[in-house]
Amino acid sequence: MIDLAQALRAALRQIVNLDPELIQIVALSLKVTLSAVAIATIIGFAVGGMLAVYRFPGRGALAAIINASMGLPPVVAGLFVYLFLSNAGPLGVLQLLYTPQAMIIAQVILVTPIIAALTRQTCEDLFEEYREQLRSLGASSSSIVTTLLWDGRYRLVTAVLAGFGRAIAEVGAVMIVGGNIDHVTRTMTTAIALETSKGNIDLALALGIILLAIALTINMALMGIRRLASNFAYA
Amino acid sequence: MLDYPRFFATPEDRALSSERLLPLELRRLSLQARGQRLIDSVDLKVQDPGISVIMGPNGSGKSLLLRLMHGLIEPTEGAILWAGTPMNGQIRRRQAMVFQKPVLLRRTAAANITHALSLRGVGRSERGSRAFEALQLAGLERQAFTPARVLSGGEQQRLCLARALSLDPDILFLDEPTASLDPASTLAIERLLIDAQHRGIKVIVVTHDVGQARRLAQDVVFLHHGRLIEYQSAPRFFERPESDVARSFMAGGLVL
Repeated sequence: MIDLAQALRAALRQIVNLDPELIQIVALSLKVTLSAVAIATIIGFAVGGMLAVYRFPGRGALAAIINASMGLPPVVAGLFVYLFLSNAGPLGVLQLLYTPQAMIIAQVILVTPIIAALTRQTCEDLFEEYREQLRSLGASSSSIVTTLLWDGRYRLVTAVLAGFGRAIAEVGAVMIVGGNIDHVTRTMTTAIALETSKGNIDLALALGIILLAIALTINMALMGIRRLASNFAYA
Repeated sequence: MLDYPRFFATPEDRALSSERLLPLELRRLSLQARGQRLIDSVDLKVQDPGISVIMGPNGSGKSLLLRLMHGLIEPTEGAILWAGTPMNGQIRRRQAMVFQKPVLLRRTAAANITHALSLRGVGRSERGSRAFEALQLAGLERQAFTPARVLSGGEQQRLCLARALSLDPDILFLDEPTASLDPASTLAIERLLIDAQHRGIKVIVVTHDVGQARRLAQDVVFLHHGRLIEYQSAPRFFERPESDVARSFMAGGLVL
């Protein structure tokens, strides 16, 4: 029987003492997730903005695929990346399997549809409002996209944070393509899964507390941004 | 006349310009949608500078006609010619439009103007001073760094007009610019329009407010059910409208 209070005390001790193993896992998690979110943001903003403004054949189908991909099961994304990066796969030559780069690729695949879909929605709403004014000013399609992205900045920050929330909490895909290798590809979520199964509750709990703190911080940031935006009537 | 910013062309410059946009000619102009003729074979030649007012009851096609003139929608039949030339990018760059509902970006008042100037290719170094001068013109210089969308309704519409004027257009379109404004804001907008006209800017304004039309118009375009019913000089139109429908409208009757 696990003594929860004792485990919690040990977990907090590890956090307060900045336990090197704990720090390494948290740092790798943040590095992988922040990299993936940065890449997904660039792709998602461009794709979402263009889908809102440009008219081209297959636009509806692309939007539907992106919307559907928002619910892509992480293990399925992990499986596809695994098949592509494994030695027998088309990108096997890159030798990326079981590296942080593979985990970043998997997370980009999971997060990009979220950011792209929310960006498209935001930009479409704004474009509906601005369309005639921007056309009157003679704006080109590319300048319309940049105008909409800037004016939707508060809503887009929430889209990015939503993507970050999904990536940091994700376990299935990074487990498959990262392999949960100690000191190499072990993230907070994969470490929690492993340590819990090993009965090492202290470390699992410490990581869980940090994950919860990150989730809480994201939500508080979201609330703050929404309040700021409504104060300026920028929402 | 108000003390106008330096970036405005003088009335003399505008009058002498070899690339004048007038006359504006509409030839058999029609717009059809869902089997309905919303604009029906309108023939019109607007020659004179000054303020032209487009009037008519609701649903008569006033706003559509304005959008057709500015090239925001394409006619299904007919042609629009500016000094003999169909609408193109170059011509639109010399026009500006203010909409009934203020359309303002989620930025400060000044940034709304600098954004419009950047889209029109005005150099970065000139944008700030020009925006400030345009804000001054509209009496909004103190609100330069206020988020545009927290301004009052009247201030927002004045900002839209300041943004349009900052582009130094030769043609200025306005679609019911004072429809939901109080008398003080309406007066401020009308003063700016009269002054713009004195600066040689051709103003074409849609209104269903007969009092405003009387105050502003040099000539009147009267529409009903998408058809041009009358095009007259303002004194003549207000004194003796030729058509029954215009007479009834001017007398405050319920025109269906």
